[in-house]
Amino acid sequence: MSSVILSSEELSVGYGKKVVVSGLAFEISRGEILTIIGPNGAGKSTILKSIAAQLPVISGRVSIAGNDITEMSPNDLAQKLSVCLTERITAEKMTCEDVVSTGRYPYTGRLGILSSGDKDIVREAMELTGVSYLADTDIRCISDGQRQTIMLARAIAQQPEVLILDEPTSFLDINNKLRLLSILRELARNRNIAVVQTLHELDLAQRFSDKILCIKDNKADRLGTPEEIFSGDYISELYSIANGSFLSEFGTAEALKVTGEPQVFVIGGGGSGIDTYRRLQRQGIPFAAGVIHENDLDYPVARSLAAELVTEKAFEPVSEESVQRALAIMKKCDEVICCPDSFGTMNAGNKRLFEAYKSLIKSK
Amino acid sequence: MSRKRAIRWTICFAALALLAVVFFILELAVGSAKLSLNDVAGAFTGSSDRSARTIVRDIRLPRALAAVLLGGALSVSGFLLQSFFNNPIAGPYVLGISSGAKLTVALSMMFTMKYGILLNSAEMVGAAFVGSMLSMGAILLLSGRVKNMAQLIIAGVMIGYICSALTELAVTFADDANIVNLHNWSMGSFSGINMNNVKTIAVIVLAAVSAAFMLSKPMSAYQLGESYAKNMGVNIKLFRTALILLSSILSACVTAFAGPVSFVGIAVPHLVKTAFGTAKPIVIIPASFIGGAVFCLVCDLIARMLFAPVELSISTITAVFGAPVVIMAMLSRRKEVSE
Repeated sequence: MSSVILSSEELSVGYGKKVVVSGLAFEISRGEILTIIGPNGAGKSTILKSIAAQLPVISGRVSIAGNDITEMSPNDLAQKLSVCLTERITAEKMTCEDVVSTGRYPYTGRLGILSSGDKDIVREAMELTGVSYLADTDIRCISDGQRQTIMLARAIAQQPEVLILDEPTSFLDINNKLRLLSILRELARNRNIAVVQTLHELDLAQRFSDKILCIKDNKADRLGTPEEIFSGDYISELYSIANGSFLSEFGTAEALKVTGEPQVFVIGGGGSGIDTYRRLQRQGIPFAAGVIHENDLDYPVARSLAAELVTEKAFEPVSEESVQRALAIMKKCDEVICCPDSFGTMNAGNKRLFEAYKSLIKSK
Repeated sequence: MSRKRAIRWTICFAALALLAVVFFILELAVGSAKLSLNDVAGAFTGSSDRSARTIVRDIRLPRALAAVLLGGALSVSGFLLQSFFNNPIAGPYVLGISSGAKLTVALSMMFTMKYGILLNSAEMVGAAFVGSMLSMGAILLLSGRVKNMAQLIIAGVMIGYICSALTELAVTFADDANIVNLHNWSMGSFSGINMNNVKTIAVIVLAAVSAAFMLSKPMSAYQLGESYAKNMGVNIKLFRTALILLSSILSACVTAFAGPVSFVGIAVPHLVKTAFGTAKPIVIIPASFIGGAVFCLVCDLIARMLFAPVELSISTITAVFGAPVVIMAMLSRRKEVSE
């Protein structure tokens, strides 16, 4: 299973003599999905173009199944590697089926006439991607999402061993994003195709990749499994996130924390606080949150958004000490919001906190 | 689906072939000396009288054959250029390639006539090819710099004007006798083409169109854009060079014998693509060839007959019919893109 199909050694890529990314070394096995992530302009697309032999490499080599791609004939390479690009198709009077049929190019004769076998492969590629119903439609008369899927069908009809996609999900809605990536996963799993893609959606990269290559400052910054890449503050560092924060657990971002003296105290827990945290952030109100277990659903969001946060160790009952700390902050706040509907053994402390607050109001 | 298409294409091809035959025969029969179909048939079997034989075999037949071959050549040349520039309103006339050929042919003719030499067919084509390639070179240099296709077309039209102006200038200083000759030719006409010319034309045009037909596979890949074509294994440099050379040879051949003929190169491929409902080169190249032949036969008939015995230049007629189609092509592109 884990036979290397695509590899690079000491690869430098760029335009003309201008090096964009250097020192690339990676290996992809059959059936694996490698996703390249990194800030805008880092050179992700340049890497893809170089791997696909669209752009001459500056130094180093790219090999497919052990063969240097520069030594392969264009037709041999076309039978091993196909691409799906962001380029807009402007061809006139081509039906979607015509477009998918061009995938058979490296397999047809001098005049490019499709055999019945070729036609079956085209039909099957369209069925697999769920676009059979578009067969007779003009390629210019379909939505961006449909067009992207047609181009994927075309790439599949080319029966590649390596499939290269430049931001395949860019124009798609969330359902189509998931569908397209699921198709890629299926291709990798069932047909043993190696997939190399660039993605901007980090959450999807985290969920649909076997390996992630991170590009920053003209070099490969890290190469690893999603678990390795999405840990700690690495993503924040990779993208130099300064306008918010990144939650590695979920692969999503939170807006910038409102700092200052907390005006509101939010009692949260079990995910009940998230909506309130975000609402206060939107309204530009600095708030304190507590008492949140370190393994609570609310924890990553509270950590990102709360001006002050009182936490408790995971799986431990909320301690009296934490309650007192929270109470001290609460006394300085104008308002208290209690989010959980119910309290249990582990967060009994939060119940005490809320009752303390109520008696505080009565005494006022 | 593919069945429906096959039927449509068969009908279209049959219709084109029928039209070509009908107008070819009309071209032989109609003229200042009206001949019956029997006379025309007799001219070939030998049963007609001498004058009918001369009219049909020496005057009308070469003219009709020239209209077929050159009309086909222009249309295919236009289709090749449209594929190259990915622009449905590109053609040898609007890009100034015909005018470039006209200039070099005019200069060569005047220069050699001074020494009493008449250029033979091959030399005329050679001179025209040099001019085509010069205009083509200018267009290619500009195409790297201009931002959109409209600008490219404007650049081509301007190159055409420059070449025409230079030709006019040269004609002004030419000998009296030459002017008439040159003027007639430079407006575009299928008259005065003899059977020897037709043989040269046939060899060049059929060879170039066959070569273009053999390029239909990479052309279909190229329609998706350069990157995809490259990924499918097309040798882009070689392919682009071949397209340029073939389209230049074809339009040079037309200009050498018939002068610049306007708009056929855009109008016919557009009409054919619309009728066939596809842009597949393997279908459109042969269809454009036959379509161009029909178009030029019709236009030549009109040019000869409308104000007989005064003969109009072929470009006058092709412009009347062709230019509106070019506008249609432009509008349909805009409509489709905005959808």
